[in-house]
Parts: sequence; C-alpha cells; structure tokens
Amino acid sequence: MTDPLIHVPDTSVDTPMVLADCVSKSFGSNEVLKSISLEVKRGEVMCLVGPSGSGKSTFLRCINHLEVLSAGRLSVDGDLVGYREANGKLYELHPREAAKQRRDIGMVFQRFNLFPHMTALENVMEAPIRVKRQSRAVVKERALALLARVGLADRADYYPAHLSGGQQQRVAIARALAMEPKLMLFDEPTSALDPELVGEVLDVMKGLAKDGMTMIVVTHEMGFAREVADSLVFMDGGVVVESGDPREVLSNPQHKRTQAFLSKVL
Amino acid sequence: MTDSVLNRPAGATPPDGGGSPAAIKAIRLRHPWRNVFAVVLILIVVLFIIDAAQRPAYDWPSVGKYIFDRRVTQAAFVTLQLTVYSMVIAIILGVTLAVMRLSPNPVVKSIAWVYLWIFRGTPVYVQLVFWGLLAIIYQSIDIGLPFQHPWASFETKVALSTFALAIIGLALNEAAYMAEIVRAGLLSVDSGQDEAATALGMSWTQTMVRVIIPQSMRVIIPPTGNEVISMLKTTSLVTAVPFTLDLYTRTRDISAETFNPIPLLIVASLWYLFFTSILMVGQYFLEKRFARGVGDRRPDRKVGDQTGSVTGTLPIAGAGQPTVILPPKRDDSSNNGDGGLR
Repeated sequence: MTDPLIHVPDTSVDTPMVLADCVSKSFGSNEVLKSISLEVKRGEVMCLVGPSGSGKSTFLRCINHLEVLSAGRLSVDGDLVGYREANGKLYELHPREAAKQRRDIGMVFQRFNLFPHMTALENVMEAPIRVKRQSRAVVKERALALLARVGLADRADYYPAHLSGGQQQRVAIARALAMEPKLMLFDEPTSALDPELVGEVLDVMKGLAKDGMTMIVVTHEMGFAREVADSLVFMDGGVVVESGDPREVLSNPQHKRTQAFLSKVL
Repeated sequence: MTDSVLNRPAGATPPDGGGSPAAIKAIRLRHPWRNVFAVVLILIVVLFIIDAAQRPAYDWPSVGKYIFDRRVTQAAFVTLQLTVYSMVIAIILGVTLAVMRLSPNPVVKSIAWVYLWIFRGTPVYVQLVFWGLLAIIYQSIDIGLPFQHPWASFETKVALSTFALAIIGLALNEAAYMAEIVRAGLLSVDSGQDEAATALGMSWTQTMVRVIIPQSMRVIIPPTGNEVISMLKTTSLVTAVPFTLDLYTRTRDISAETFNPIPLLIVASLWYLFFTSILMVGQYFLEKRFARGVGDRRPDRKVGDQTGSVTGTLPIAGAGQPTVILPPKRDDSSNNGDGGLR
C-alpha cells in the first residue's frame, strides 16, 4: 500500500498538518480572507470549494507563503509559516529560511507552470538537485519512477510544449512530489484542462490520497470531493461558510449560500 | 466549361468514396511584370559590377595590396578587441542595471533610470570626446577615504590609455541599451515560472539563473546580436577619444599618405563585412540553442523520420469496402479530380 516514493507523515503525532487561526489577507482595501480558522490533520484530504473570488486560492497561496498574511497565524506541521516567534514577538524569516519551509510543501498550479526549456525529466530533477543538492544519479532514478507513477514513463524526454495539458499537469505533480513534500497543495489543477483530460489528473491525485498524502485541493470537481476528500470547506466572500464531511455537505447543505452554489455546479 | 466545374463540388471526392481527394491541378497564374522587373534589376546589378570592375577610381589593385597589409590586419584585430571588451562590459553592466530597474528599492531604481537617461540621451560620439577629456577634468585618480590623504593616487593620463578610455566610453553607452534589452527579456517570462520555482524552494538566485534567465535569453539574444554588430561599426567613432589604431581610423591614416582614400575605404568595408558575417552565423546558432522547448524538435521525430509519408493515404476507404491504396498520380492530367480511381 505505501509507496516508497511518497513521503507519508507519521500519523501517530497529534500536531495538525495545517492549522489556520483567524487568517486574514487584504490587497489594499480589498479584504480577500476574513478570519479563516481551520485545521487539516495528517493524512487528511481537504477540498476547498466555492465561487471564484471567494479567496480559496489566496488561502492556499498563504500556506506556502507565496502570499503574506495580513493578520492571524498559520502553521504547517507545527511551524509558523513565514515568521519566527520569540519572546512574544514575530520576526520575519529570511528568504533562505522561507525557501526551506516551502521545500516540504508541494504545489500544483492551475496553469501547470512547468519550465518550458527543460524536458519532463529535467523539470522533475531540477529542484532536488539544486535545492536539496542530492546526487544526480539518485535523483534521476527517483524522477523516472515518479514519472512512471503518473503514467508518463515514455514521455520523460519530451518538452512541455509537446505534451497535452493533462500530461503537463501530471509532470507538474511529479515535479512537486520529487521534493518529498509532507503536504501537497492543488490550486484548481484541472480547471485549465479539456474535459476529457481531467480524469487522468484526478486519477493521479486519487492515488496520492490513497497512499496517505496530506492534500488541500481547491477544485470545482464535486465528484472528486465526494469520492476522495475527508473534509470539504465551502468558502464565499473570504469566509468559511460551511464545512464538514463532503458527502454530507454536498447532499445536505445547511447554509443558503452553499445550497445556491451547489445547485449550480452539481 | 466553367459551369460544369462549378457545379461539381463533389468532384474532388470520388462518388464511390474510395480514397482521398485528388490534388488540385490548375494553370498557374502568370506574373509577367514581376519577371520583367526581375530581369531589369539583374541587368542593372550586372552592369554596375562590370562598370565597377573597370572603373579606375576604385583602384582594385590597391585594394588587393592593402587588404592583408600588416597595419590593416592589426587594426582589424584591434577593432575586434574593442568590440569584444566593450560588449562584455556592457552586457554585465546592462544585466546589473536591468535588475536594478526591477528592484523594489526606489533609490536603486531611480539611479538606474538616471543612468539610462544620461547615456541613452546623449550621442555616443559626444560621450567619447568627454572620455577623451577625462584626464583634463580629473587629473588624478585617488583611492582612499573622502577628505583624507589618499592611500594611492594615479595620474589619469598614465593610468588610462586611449584604448581603455575608448572601451569605457563604448561600454558605458552600450550598457544603457543592453539594460533595456535585458529588462524586456526578464519581463517576458511568465510570472508563473517565478512562482513555480519559489514554491519548489528555489532561492532568488537559483530562480534567476536556472529558470528566468534561460527563458529570457530567447528574447534577449536577437537584439543583443544586433547590438554586437552595431558595436563593431560604432568602434569607428573612437577616433573622437582620440584613439587611432582601429580599422577605420587606421585605413584613413594610410590613405592620408597615399592620397588614395577610395580603395582603403573598400578595404575597411570588406573587413567590417567579414566580421559581421561571422557574427551573424554565431547568432543563428545561439538562437537555436535557446529555443529549446519552443521549437519543433520532438524526441520521437528525428530528422528524416517522417511519419506522415507512409500513411499519406487512409488505408480504410469506407465501411465494408475493399481497401484501396492509391498509387501516386503522375500524368493523367486530362480529367480533373477523380482520375486514377476508375
């Protein structure tokens, strides 16, 4: 069941993987996140759903410090994101330390963001070699295994421009996995794909969930949420409107706003 | 005739549906005036060449005599040195200025802007004259703390030769242009690339060197190639410093002795052309190298392996019909469209 390629955190420890406490974020006067508090346990798969502009992507980007919080606390695996706390004061982390935190958090983007000047294999190998300074031979072996896992063993030497959207996104997942992350963030991973390519990406994600990877998935794929997620969070206007077991929330939404949204997407 | 052709839209597809549509065979449109114009142009060029070969003012024997003259070849080498040195400095300084202009620090940003404003806003010839007068403006170069006795002091005239001043003048002017080229290149890279690299834990330097700069090269190299070629020719202005050992100034000095400037101008032009031609070839290969991932090269499609050639004809013509593989049609031009099938 456990894949040696996938880094599964020890679930016996009690610390939640992600703990958000009153997280707020504003761009100028525009308050995008309004005091979000939630918890993601180790090994949990959480789906974030909601209309566009509800702040779900921003929240995801806050988790690996691509966006800086305006207020509140956010910690990953017990470590405060982007700051160090000492003597009751917060100290901003040096970019080097922030980069170190990001290593353990994989991120998959809506528009793949593969490096176009590198082949699929080079894309996967880049970060372990440059950031973790692992030996090329070891990294290559692992990268090939990861590409095989996402079903692209025969596409290792292709440049991203010669891969379909679904293949590119699977390479992007392999690239994130190559850093052996303890948490994977997916920012609408299938929104830029042709409908017939969505399945192949979701299948890879389902496999990851099965192997016990902790995942936060911003998605509009309610079927995926129902089938795979352990919890579902519905966001609107920068606040968490409703959360709970995905099957329950999806079939029996309590809040009016959730009902209205789901009636449109289901 | 025309009617019968127009009324047969299905004529391209054989009625029995047995194969691909026939290739279009039409009388090609003639362009008589185009041909006449081409002939006239060729005639003019040929006449000019014949005339130039015989015209005594060009003095071709002198061209042959001076083209490999030791003074000329040395001057050609000096011109090449001027180009390479000033271009290398200009690129390094240009990248620095480009990064400065993209910096979040307003002071750093404005300094870069003022540099560009001054060095792009004044003619390079004027700048070169200024550099030539450096020794008059600053008689000595002191190294040390301000308002203290300097640790070391050099006389400007001794420390900086006209060759060095020419390089400084050319490089500092060129850096302003390079900065804009590099900045445009860096900005051309999608911001998602920066994010993806950051999310993988790469540092700013790693992101720049491994992700951003290689991708921006595709945008930076073509105009930089133009700048190198332009620089090679701009070196002829160093006479303003005054530096006199470059190709143009040297050939002009020789012609001042021989009272025969035209063949030496031709000599200089031929050398400039020779160098620019080499640079153009180099630029071609550099561009190819940095087009990785955007070109048409696929690992499964090597050169000479044309997958399309064998399966050009669909082997299956229609349901339940015997497979027809069409022979390539060569002659049979009398019937339009469905020939070769029936």
